[in-house]
Amino acid sequence: MDLTQGTFEEKNSRAKKMMLWFGIVSLIMSFAGWTSAFVVSSSREDWLSDFQLPNAFIVSTVLVLLSSVTFILAKKALEKNNRQLTTIWLFATLGLGIGFIANQFLGFQEIIDLGYNFTGPTSNVTMSYIYLIAMVHIAHVIVGLVCILVVIYNHFKQKYTADQMLGLELAATFWHFIDILWVYLFLFLYFVR
Amino acid sequence: MSTHAVDIHAHDDDHGHHHKETFVTKYIFSQDHKMIAKQYLITGTLMGIIGVLMSIMFRIQIAWPEEPNVLFEALLGKWAPGGVMDADIYLALVTIHGTIMVFFVLTAGLSGTFSNLLIPLQIGARDMASGFLNMVSYWLFFLSSIIMLISLFVEAGPAAAGWTIYPPLSALPMAQGGSGMGMTLWLISMAIFIASSLLGSLNYIVTVINMRTKGMSMTRLPLTIWAFFVTAIIGVVSFPVLFAAALLLIMDRSFGTSFFLSDIFIQGEVLHYQGGSPVLFEHLFWFLGHPEVYIVILPAMGLVSEIMASNARKPIFGYRAMVASILAIAFLSTIVWGHHMFVSGMNPFLGSVFTFTTLLIAIPSAVKAFNWITTLWKGNLQMNPAMLFSIGFVSTFITGGLTGIILGDSALDINVHDTYFVIAHFHLVMGISAIYGMFAGVYHWYPKMFGRMLNKNLGYIHFWVTAICAYGVFFPMHFIGMAGLPRRYYTNSAFPLFDDLADVNIVITIFAIIGGIVQIVYLYNFFSSMFMGAKAVQNPWRSTTLEWTTPVKHIHGNWPGAIPHVYRWSYDYSKPGHDDDFVPQNVPLKEGEEELQH
Repeated sequence: MDLTQGTFEEKNSRAKKMMLWFGIVSLIMSFAGWTSAFVVSSSREDWLSDFQLPNAFIVSTVLVLLSSVTFILAKKALEKNNRQLTTIWLFATLGLGIGFIANQFLGFQEIIDLGYNFTGPTSNVTMSYIYLIAMVHIAHVIVGLVCILVVIYNHFKQKYTADQMLGLELAATFWHFIDILWVYLFLFLYFVR
Repeated sequence: MSTHAVDIHAHDDDHGHHHKETFVTKYIFSQDHKMIAKQYLITGTLMGIIGVLMSIMFRIQIAWPEEPNVLFEALLGKWAPGGVMDADIYLALVTIHGTIMVFFVLTAGLSGTFSNLLIPLQIGARDMASGFLNMVSYWLFFLSSIIMLISLFVEAGPAAAGWTIYPPLSALPMAQGGSGMGMTLWLISMAIFIASSLLGSLNYIVTVINMRTKGMSMTRLPLTIWAFFVTAIIGVVSFPVLFAAALLLIMDRSFGTSFFLSDIFIQGEVLHYQGGSPVLFEHLFWFLGHPEVYIVILPAMGLVSEIMASNARKPIFGYRAMVASILAIAFLSTIVWGHHMFVSGMNPFLGSVFTFTTLLIAIPSAVKAFNWITTLWKGNLQMNPAMLFSIGFVSTFITGGLTGIILGDSALDINVHDTYFVIAHFHLVMGISAIYGMFAGVYHWYPKMFGRMLNKNLGYIHFWVTAICAYGVFFPMHFIGMAGLPRRYYTNSAFPLFDDLADVNIVITIFAIIGGIVQIVYLYNFFSSMFMGAKAVQNPWRSTTLEWTTPVKHIHGNWPGAIPHVYRWSYDYSKPGHDDDFVPQNVPLKEGEEELQH
């Protein structure tokens, strides 16, 4: 493919999409930093190798996977010019995202009930990592939710059409990334002890 | 220079942003890449002045330890009671000098200036892919610079843990004066800097990939663009890991976790930290830290390659080998970080692995050095200041690179680890070399930036005095390093072992002072030529690349008419069959003319 061809608009929208992908690469690298620190620290004497991930994390994993599905459905509906259905699916995605965050905090409560705080003398480094990684992920989910709010706003302003929806596509890509990232983190925390 | 190909696709150049500009949108919150480049250059220069001034101050302290000095009394105030420099501020000066020079001058000042200026101009684009993010990137850099400077005025002193901010000095607010608010501001400043650098890098990458004009295939790109492109990729991959480390550090500092801290006693009291490992921080830090030195040196390599070909009036030797070696260096740079940690208790087997990968970098580096030399070979050399600084770059890069072979070997490194030998090595290979690349770039592209020429004679004075002083400072450091003098020591007068080296330190400091003072010549030349320099012509160096097809006076969108198309690679110098000794990239091939195999 010759990327020097195309109109300014084509080049520009290609560039914006690619920018998001490279941004995702940098986010992956920062999570790679935290998870590799987790692996390195697992040789510590005070490491907990028999910890249980909170049950709420399983619920939140299901919710975030569903939210990706609803986002795909929203995009499909918009491609068929079904505006009302698009609105419904976008709000469903938003709701599932909020539900995900709520469940993460329920998960933190479960860890606290086990007797492990994030910091201080009652903390344990294994749990500190889980808190930290999940919190940083939540920060990204919040950014994703803000993106969805912007998309909903633009959708109400009738800015997107079946062949002109760059903003929605970018938000969808980012949202799927957050989803896959959490699934990876969940499996990582589940299997790496 | 005549045949601009007319663009038949009218909307190809429909930029659609020709609204009226005010003072604020033109000079302050500008989204024009050329203005942002100038903003980066001037901010970087001002930070550079502060960084160099700091180095002169601590050099004076090393040469004449604990002697009163009026300069200290005037500049350091309460940190120099009676004019004698305090030990705490010495460590802070060393720390902030390193931080400013590595990040603010040689990363943002170098990449920020020349990537912004040259990427759209040399690939044939109206501007960066996102002018808005480009503006945000600059202002985040500006904000982080301000915060770093504010940290100098904190009551307990600025960060003093070294630019590598190893815990526990950086992780315990009570560890030393600079570990408190100074360190907090350092971390805030660097977090903003990382955001700025990422936004910039993302923009550079997607602009190079997507916004090239018709005909500008990747193998026709000037080597500058290749260097900026790969540098940006390294930045996107490695800076986030520093951010990851910094966040863990902030948790340890301010929230009481134990990622990096273990069994700490302060004044007989046991802190609650247990089990953490400072070596983990070293791993995370150097995963950025080593690629960072290539973020610093690769843009300089690109600039030097371009300037050398232009001023030797010859095609660059081995274009493909140059590109391949940039890629090889970028790849290898991410798997060598352990060579900074040979004495950290690392498994000797792992040490030998890092030795192997480190020494591999000598191969692409040597490819580049030989290609520069062979580019000069039998060239029609134009010895202007830009060319002199480029040749100076090759000289210091080789000198500094050779000691890298010693330091990269785990067995040899142990003997000179953390001595002045290391200081000599990295200052020559990345510090002085990158600064030379930056100076070369400024002398070469000043007419493009400001529409006027720099004074050549002042440029010669600047080069020769700087070159002599740079070697005068760093060459003797190899010897005092091998004699065992450790870096970062406030004074060596307590060790009779080092008494014999005291005179060498005085010589070094005198060279440092002269080298610092001569930069005033450059600064005078730089700022006065903006208003009084000779008016530049469109293509003063008779170069082939696209930036010289734009008008001298900057316009929004770079080219008044259509964007030129590209028909040949960027190094058609002295090509047989042409009247001029250069053929710009936008000149179509003559009938029967073949494009050079490159």
